[in-house]
Amino acid sequence: MSVKLSTRQVGDVSVVDVAGRITLGEGSSALRETLRDMVSKGQKKILLNLGDVSYIDSSGIGELVSGFTTVTNSGGQLKLLNLNKRVKDLLQITKLYTVFDVHEDEAGAIRSFA
Amino acid sequence: MGDLSRPTTESVERSLDSSLESVDHAEDLAVGLARRAGFDEEDLMKIGLAVRESMVNAVVHGNRYNANKKVRFSASMNQSRFTVRIADEGEGFDYVNLPDPLTPENLLRTSGRGIFLIRSFMDEFHARRMEPAGTEVTLVKFAVSK
Repeated sequence: MSVKLSTRQVGDVSVVDVAGRITLGEGSSALRETLRDMVSKGQKKILLNLGDVSYIDSSGIGELVSGFTTVTNSGGQLKLLNLNKRVKDLLQITKLYTVFDVHEDEAGAIRSFA
Repeated sequence: MGDLSRPTTESVERSLDSSLESVDHAEDLAVGLARRAGFDEEDLMKIGLAVRESMVNAVVHGNRYNANKKVRFSASMNQSRFTVRIADEGEGFDYVNLPDPLTPENLLRTSGRGIFLIRSFMDEFHARRMEPAGTEVTLVKFAVSK
């Protein structure tokens, strides 16, 4: 299974539920296109729910960084929700864990958007 | 950490196309062999990701998806030493002078973390240029931490 992305709106926050693999190829390009599309539509508050992400490689990490930069540069905020141990470990050893605003419960994450 | 009560001698060798499918195939082969050798899930994750990153380098940066070029893959378990070798037929890659992905100026780069992850997850990492062309990387994981 590659990646599956579905988007829903909670108040003024756009939640992207990501499932599957974010790896070089289809997985990372799908995430990139989704985030760019959301930014182009003026969405400023984006929450990436990674709870069902089974695998991520350096390309996938790069796409998370790219998405973060794209959203931030457009004046928006991108936050992460529900990291599993594998994704959390990768973000920690690459020192990116402190770059992202990471949340463990959706309600708290929604409230954290200014 | 692997289970030393199950010493295994097993090896696999393949000549693979320069495609992303080969990346998946090589990862599956390596993880399968490592699993049979007794490595635990944590180490299997590390081995799998290290092999994936090395294969991506060979297919994308080495052979540049060239259908006329192959990636030579081998994996072996001998005593407590699990070794993977991956060789491309590309123009070579400078594994020495790589930017540090952890420095503040590089932290938000969208690439450049693959080798760092391989070094982090394996016990040994070696790279050498080959004649007349290509780069071979060797990844080693010990069943018992050094």
